[in-house]
Amino acid sequence: MVDATVNALSGPRGPKPKKALSSTNIIIYGTLFVVCMYYLLPLYVMIVTSLKGMPEVRLGNIFGPPVEVTFQPWVKAWSEACTGINCEGLSRGFWNSVWILVPSVIISIAIASVSGYALANWRFKGSEVFFTILIFGAFIPYQVMIYPIVILLRESGEGITAVLKAFNPMLEAMGFEGFKTFRLMGSLSGLVIVHTIFGMPILTLLFRNYFTSVPEELFKAARVDGAGFWGIYFRIMLPMSLPIFVVAMILQITGIWNDFLFGVIYTKPETYPMTVQLNNIVNSVQGVKEYNVNMAATLLTGLVPLVIYFASGKLFVRGIAAGAVKG
Amino acid sequence: MTYSVEIKQLDLAFGAVKVLQGLDLNVSEGEFLVLLGSSGCGKSTLLNCIAGLLEITDGQIFIKGENVTWAEPSERGIGMVFQSYALYPQMTVKGNLSFGLKNAKIPKNEIEKRVARAAEILQIGPLLDRKPGALSGGQRQRVAIGRALVRDVDVFLFDEPLSNLDAKLRVDLRVELKRLHNQLQNTMIYVTHDQVEAMTLADRIAVMKGGAIMQLGSPDEIYNKPRNLYVADFIGSPSMNFIEGHLEGGRFKVDDMVMPMDGYAFAAPQTADRPATIGIRPEHVVTGELVPNAPLQFAVDVDLVEPMGSDTLVYAKLGQHPFRIRMDGQASVKVGETISIGVDPSRASLFDTATEDRL
Repeated sequence: MVDATVNALSGPRGPKPKKALSSTNIIIYGTLFVVCMYYLLPLYVMIVTSLKGMPEVRLGNIFGPPVEVTFQPWVKAWSEACTGINCEGLSRGFWNSVWILVPSVIISIAIASVSGYALANWRFKGSEVFFTILIFGAFIPYQVMIYPIVILLRESGEGITAVLKAFNPMLEAMGFEGFKTFRLMGSLSGLVIVHTIFGMPILTLLFRNYFTSVPEELFKAARVDGAGFWGIYFRIMLPMSLPIFVVAMILQITGIWNDFLFGVIYTKPETYPMTVQLNNIVNSVQGVKEYNVNMAATLLTGLVPLVIYFASGKLFVRGIAAGAVKG
Repeated sequence: MTYSVEIKQLDLAFGAVKVLQGLDLNVSEGEFLVLLGSSGCGKSTLLNCIAGLLEITDGQIFIKGENVTWAEPSERGIGMVFQSYALYPQMTVKGNLSFGLKNAKIPKNEIEKRVARAAEILQIGPLLDRKPGALSGGQRQRVAIGRALVRDVDVFLFDEPLSNLDAKLRVDLRVELKRLHNQLQNTMIYVTHDQVEAMTLADRIAVMKGGAIMQLGSPDEIYNKPRNLYVADFIGSPSMNFIEGHLEGGRFKVDDMVMPMDGYAFAAPQTADRPATIGIRPEHVVTGELVPNAPLQFAVDVDLVEPMGSDTLVYAKLGQHPFRIRMDGQASVKVGETISIGVDPSRASLFDTATEDRL
């Protein structure tokens, strides 16, 4: 692997020189330009609309730039927009989403990378069967599992409550307050568990394939050098697999941030993630449709995945190329 | 006497496929043993079993008299050098060398001392702060050897360590490896498919085929007294000439030719007549003015001539049978010519055609 890079770098480099204005180039760049316009136009309309006041929006000139730039719709979307009786704007949904996102991403990647590493390098009896079952999980439609998970969360919440409450007499005797009823269903931690579980198949596949592509002799050398399961994972494999971790993070962050289905099912209004709240703001049927506020709210919600893509584009491509291809 | 490495009745199977079967092997202290064979013969598998990187199905492995059959690779007192070098790409050369020592919780100043010593022996001192990516193939392999060296092990295991290097570097490093063995006097077990490496480096060679050892002996024995047809064919380049015929009353008969095998050391007294195969090395055939002194003389027709500078390889026909002859580089032989050659039966090999074993 390393040899190939060295050889590739030692010869003459770069593509064969070509004329800049060949007919091929004109077609390629022309097509790219049209496609770009097609995808960027809605974004442009959203940005422009979000910067206009309502009177200007009503004029109906959706492609025109704002005559008078105002940030009032953004402020309103963030901190004043109403959903039902609650008028805190999107900010609450944003923080809910952050509290869902951070633990889900960390826990799912931690578990999946270790499982992928074990499946790739420490084959055990039945590991292939285990892997097949896990991958099979990726192909079961979410809808099938929605209600079973509702039951699971509710029952396990009750189970945990029962265990916790068993300590109450002791705690109360010592003068402490006893545990209250613990709920997984409807809580942020419940949603974190759901996201972690649903991220498992694809993430494990991703990590397993990446670790399989690491030369086996490297792993053997580390074993001869006396490194154990965790030693090899942390000191050999982790430092070599930054790109695949970035890919996994991007997949999870955008996936979980954009999730609507699980968010609306497994939470309640106080714990709604940002996407659900956005829907509630945009689709509210009372009063005037404030298009500028809706656009600002939508852009705010989309900001996190957008930033992630811009910040990690290069690593993302490298990781996809390295890990996801080989089966 | 305790052997450095002792393998008893080793079995290894992957599912239903038996890779190694009932293998016995003893390696003496300080010996350089080469496991030689074509790909898929089980030589690397055997090495991995000794290293503890493969769990064996049955049998026992002893290193320095200690049963290590179920021990972890790091607890066996072995160091291993891989074909692809297997250097940790994110660590410097120094980090690579000290990784195993850190795992073994060896004190820091001791690590420094050992790394410095290995760097001196292998002349990689100036490279210590570089990453493997910035090293040439030869330098990488030296670091890989160093990684085994610092750990102060009893047994070195080499898995085709020179196969990824270019031809010239391979020869250089081969010589260096031999020097290193003379200097360290460690037991070394070396896997290769290259017979030149095997012949030059080994104290003893184990020729393997299909998971079994075909012959275990000194390079001289392997070359001059191959135990069976496979070994005879595998060792030597260009390979041995084989002619099938009959052994009758101590004489080898093929077509209308009769070769009295005077001076040939039979493994056992030959009483019965049987179909046999004679093997004659191309380099053991004499030509020119040496022919009259040879015990057996033949005339051959030249088919093809390959001048190689140092030698000339002549493809000829002895009767109906293709026959290769290695001649001096200056020899002037033309295609279509008939030349006379001389053969010494004491340097030939005779095999039972049915069992393929040496007679």
